[in-house]
Amino acid sequence: MQPFDRVTGPAAPLLEDDINTDQIAPAIASFKPDYAELLFARRRRNAQGAEIPDFVLNRAPFRKACVLVARNNFGSGSSRESAVWALAGFGIRVVVARSFADIFRENCLKNGLLPISLDAGDAASFEDEVVAADGATPCTVDLVAQTIAGPGPKTYRFSIAPAEREALLRGLDDIGLTLDALASIVAWEEQMKHKQPWLQRIPNAEAVQR
Amino acid sequence: MTSSPQTLLDKIWDAHRTGIRDDGREIIYMDRNVVHDLHGSHAYAKLEQTHRTVRRPDLTFGVLDHSPATTPGRTDATNPKSLQFAQGMRAGAERYGFRLFDVGDPEQGIAHVIAPELGLVLPGSTYACPDSHACTVGGLGALAFACGTSELEHVLATQTVAMKKPKQMRIWLDGTLRDGVTAKDVILHLIGLIGVAGGRGFMVEYAGDVTRALSVEARFTLCNMTIEFGARTGIVAPDEKTIAYVDGRLLAPQGADRDAALAAWRELYSDPGAVFDREIHVDCSSLTPQVTWGIDQSQVVGIDGVVPDPATADPERAPAIERALAYMGLTPGTPVAGLIVDRVFIGSCTNARIEDLETAAAVVRGRRVAARVRAIVVPGSSGVKREAEKRGLDRVFRDAGFEWHESGCSMCAGANDDLAKPGERSVATSNRNFENRQGPGVRTHLVSPAMAAAAAIAGRIVDVTRPGGWESVNDAAV
Repeated sequence: MQPFDRVTGPAAPLLEDDINTDQIAPAIASFKPDYAELLFARRRRNAQGAEIPDFVLNRAPFRKACVLVARNNFGSGSSRESAVWALAGFGIRVVVARSFADIFRENCLKNGLLPISLDAGDAASFEDEVVAADGATPCTVDLVAQTIAGPGPKTYRFSIAPAEREALLRGLDDIGLTLDALASIVAWEEQMKHKQPWLQRIPNAEAVQR
Repeated sequence: MTSSPQTLLDKIWDAHRTGIRDDGREIIYMDRNVVHDLHGSHAYAKLEQTHRTVRRPDLTFGVLDHSPATTPGRTDATNPKSLQFAQGMRAGAERYGFRLFDVGDPEQGIAHVIAPELGLVLPGSTYACPDSHACTVGGLGALAFACGTSELEHVLATQTVAMKKPKQMRIWLDGTLRDGVTAKDVILHLIGLIGVAGGRGFMVEYAGDVTRALSVEARFTLCNMTIEFGARTGIVAPDEKTIAYVDGRLLAPQGADRDAALAAWRELYSDPGAVFDREIHVDCSSLTPQVTWGIDQSQVVGIDGVVPDPATADPERAPAIERALAYMGLTPGTPVAGLIVDRVFIGSCTNARIEDLETAAAVVRGRRVAARVRAIVVPGSSGVKREAEKRGLDRVFRDAGFEWHESGCSMCAGANDDLAKPGERSVATSNRNFENRQGPGVRTHLVSPAMAAAAAIAGRIVDVTRPGGWESVNDAAV
């Protein structure tokens, strides 16, 4: 996983609640989409494929945004990881939201994308500063110091679970962490073979073999 | 020594906890996992890159459900958009040696419909699927977790998920449902009450008289939409109905194992005195059929309701309402009953099991789909389709002017060509009324199967439970 330590760049405000993953990355019947193009595709372009100039990510300063700022329950709905890949493909490394949908947040952590929830008071203040800056001044998100500096005069401190911070900073391999405990998984399987054998061996499995 | 009272979710969680990682996440064993076409290939590619493999191909299954065309007579040739997904799944199944339910397979269907139907998922078992509606199978008393692609890769490589235990909420569905009011109406009403983020951070157990009275299939509908209020999973304690449903399924325990399994399943309930982080009660006795009017599932009213006015709404919610009204082409104060309909979709992992099709067919029987409406039925599995055909339901639908399709996610997921046109108003039994979900600019209203069937016939949204008969609203004026 790509490690995360700090980024500096424009923060794009999309101050809405409940932005779902269908919006972030519409379902398309494409095997290998251009993820940068996929991001908010139906909000960035009209039905004819022309750009909608008002949409925040189409505005000049935000085409290079590395921080996206939203409100409550960002990333709800479908568990599609393409939502995270689309954000990353566009260049977004941090999403600051008042809250995140659980699965989306997990998907972020597994892709080196930093989800930040500020305290309620700080969230409103930061949102105001982001709107006021309008992309003219950058902000710096520093995971080592756990701070957001700018785009206004203030510096905000954010909290994140130490293990999540560590995993992002070092780009830890999540599967590797579990495989470190493989012996306990194998032991569990051995035990379950006797306790509830139907769970470890699919009964009548040959009935569906082809 | 007596142990402290446990919730049902505690019991299954603890029984599947193999250990704890250095980062504090608990490792929870997944008894079964089902991979679907949209995620599979990405995960296999990552496994290959990292020189890992599928640890338990015997507990792993694959299915083609999201991308395949559902048009009758489908083949790879008629299905070009799905082809790469299908080929990826076939290559993965071949390489790792797991069973794939491919298009044309008698057991093919939507992952969460076939898993219970085949007896793949069992009460007290765990189930992982890279699809947010994995929680459907909680209706059987199974603990299900949805995930993204990276987590799927984790499940394939380890047969576990690693997570911090979510909080627990018990939702008591109290009272008795009126005739014609269904699990779909209950769950839509619930989401309207607690909001689309009301369950964030929680696992949910559904309890109460209404839950107990629901059929097992209706409990799938209930649990299916748990993700739509943000909860990680939903579950219903198994009872004798559950056991009757599971017992004898193709892959359910047999012989001595069966006796032991039944005994174990009868211990799966929340102990008296078990503590939940949150408990809520919802009285369902006066519920009417529910209809979503907006672009998330909390934007819902009873069939007698009207579209809200942002001017008089909670100022925090007003922008979302305005946005929804603009997208849906609605004005404040408009009754949902009477809205003119272009498309009707009866399908999805929410509402396309045999009971759903029976209920819809009972409404349709002997009637005709309104001239302006294109209506399709997409059975939840190939098994459901066969059973429906055995019962003659396909004839009922076809005679009325419905299209009768092959199984798949179809107009629920928007990942194949089953899409409506921009501006069309679609009445659907599925689970998401999000913008563009059923095609760019399509306006989706979520309802129960009976309500969808009635809308197809009347050409407008009507109350299928209306005393005196909704049929009197004929399509002549539409």
